[in-house]
Amino acid sequence: MQDLTDLYQSVILDHNRRPRNYSILPTANRVGSGNNPMCGDQITVYVKLEGDRISDVSFQGSGCAISKASASLMTVNLKGKTVAEAEAIYADLHQMVTTGKVDEENFSDLAALAGVHQFPARIKCATLGWHAALNAANGDERPATTEKPGD
Amino acid sequence: MNPAWKNIRGDFPILDQQVNGKPLVYLDNAATSQKPRCVIDALSQFYLRDNANVHRGIHTLSMRATSAYEAARDRTAKFLDAAESGEIVFTAGTTDSINLVANAWGDENLKKGDVILLTEMEHHSNLVPWQLLARRTGAKLRFLPVVPGDSGSLDLAQLDRLLTSEVKIFAFTHVSNTLGVINPVAELCAKARVAGAISVVDAAQSAGHMPVDVRAMGCDFLALSGHKMCGPTGVGVLYGRKTLLDAMPPYRGGGSMISNVEYFESKWAPAPQKFEAGTPNIADVIALARAMDYLDDLGREAIAEHDEKLAALAYSRLAAEIPGIRMLGPARNRSGVISFDLPGVHAHDVVTMADQEGIALRGGHHCNQPLMRKLGLSSTSRASFYFYNTEEEINRLVATLQKIQQFFVG
Repeated sequence: MQDLTDLYQSVILDHNRRPRNYSILPTANRVGSGNNPMCGDQITVYVKLEGDRISDVSFQGSGCAISKASASLMTVNLKGKTVAEAEAIYADLHQMVTTGKVDEENFSDLAALAGVHQFPARIKCATLGWHAALNAANGDERPATTEKPGD
Repeated sequence: MNPAWKNIRGDFPILDQQVNGKPLVYLDNAATSQKPRCVIDALSQFYLRDNANVHRGIHTLSMRATSAYEAARDRTAKFLDAAESGEIVFTAGTTDSINLVANAWGDENLKKGDVILLTEMEHHSNLVPWQLLARRTGAKLRFLPVVPGDSGSLDLAQLDRLLTSEVKIFAFTHVSNTLGVINPVAELCAKARVAGAISVVDAAQSAGHMPVDVRAMGCDFLALSGHKMCGPTGVGVLYGRKTLLDAMPPYRGGGSMISNVEYFESKWAPAPQKFEAGTPNIADVIALARAMDYLDDLGREAIAEHDEKLAALAYSRLAAEIPGIRMLGPARNRSGVISFDLPGVHAHDVVTMADQEGIALRGGHHCNQPLMRKLGLSSTSRASFYFYNTEEEINRLVATLQKIQQFFVG
């Protein structure tokens, strides 16, 4: 399974087995949820917002290795960032998982998700937690979904 | 093994290919089956030689198309052992067939306080149309439970308690698309009849896999999809008892379903034309009839026997050789649909990795979310077999799942 190591890099396998910040955050003042109706995956993201800064973030839910690892990496990368910074990181991540283009300077461990672009069916797995987190940070209480409303 | 099965793969050109550098192992037959060359040929022959619109034409091609289309109805009646061809309505598939019954029979016959009895294992296609009907009429839904545990059988001990006189419709699947359970449909239909309810059988997973005989079964309605039984996509069948079809109002209006049209009102054609508004799916209906010929040439008893042998072998090998695997559905008397949970590995990861080995599986909730919740799962992996699968492919599946487990769990 040589090719799969592109998708399932050791960083991803590690975050899947031992997801970071995988808990309910008692101090959270924003909660976002996301679901993928195509596969039944669900995620809840807890955000503690101080001013416009994400001072703490955690998540829980059920999902595949890609969605779990991506959400875990997200919590590590967003902690301490402003909402605007978080959105910029997500924009880069989105470009990376859809095109494979990695911005080495800004990315560090998130680059492990670059292989996702070779598996188009799995892109939504990699972005679900981020949608939920950014919705929460922006005060949008609606659940994030991988499908458009009405689908 | 029956020698007929040895060369069967030659009938399915699609099976002879490499996927991700490995010979394709197609185990997603519960989603859709592959098509034999004779069905593909029937489709292209129609478009190459016979294509014309049906029913209203006088010219030769139209008469040829009409006669092939109506011959397909006769063929379907024979395939299902219906009393007459007028009991066969061509639809877009199982979902369309069930929606037809829910709308045309349901809207006419249900009122507030009535009950629609379903089972806990229904595919969304045999659940959501009834939810919509309940919302329109004020009728209530009720569910025959699946027994606790993973065997997946219906809890028949509760049936008499639930099948009360308020129940007007009892709809259930013949074979579960998630659990592989084969339900005792004749018994369920008989109970419905005694209780004064109509029976609606979802035969999507059974029609191409075993004998499906509506008179022996005693059902009032039965729905199937062509594409799961070697036929094309976009075509299906609704069998309906003639007296019920005759009494039902139309479901959709348009050409072909009328006997006389005035500006302000119209008279309907008799069933089944009443339910086939607009130009029907002529080519696919004709190709579906060819698929029925193909299945009957193999013999549906023989297909069922072969399916069950493969399923029993796959089930027992997965249970024995994959440590910690959770198998769903019964070990025996099952169809070729095998769902399982590999602890520590999400179904989507199983399916992605299997695909890299050329194996087509399905992972997810299988349009069966409420049942998944009841089983405490959000998704499972599913391998579903058909008569062209082989023991060698089971070897590949077992070896690949062992590899996947090693990769994720170590």
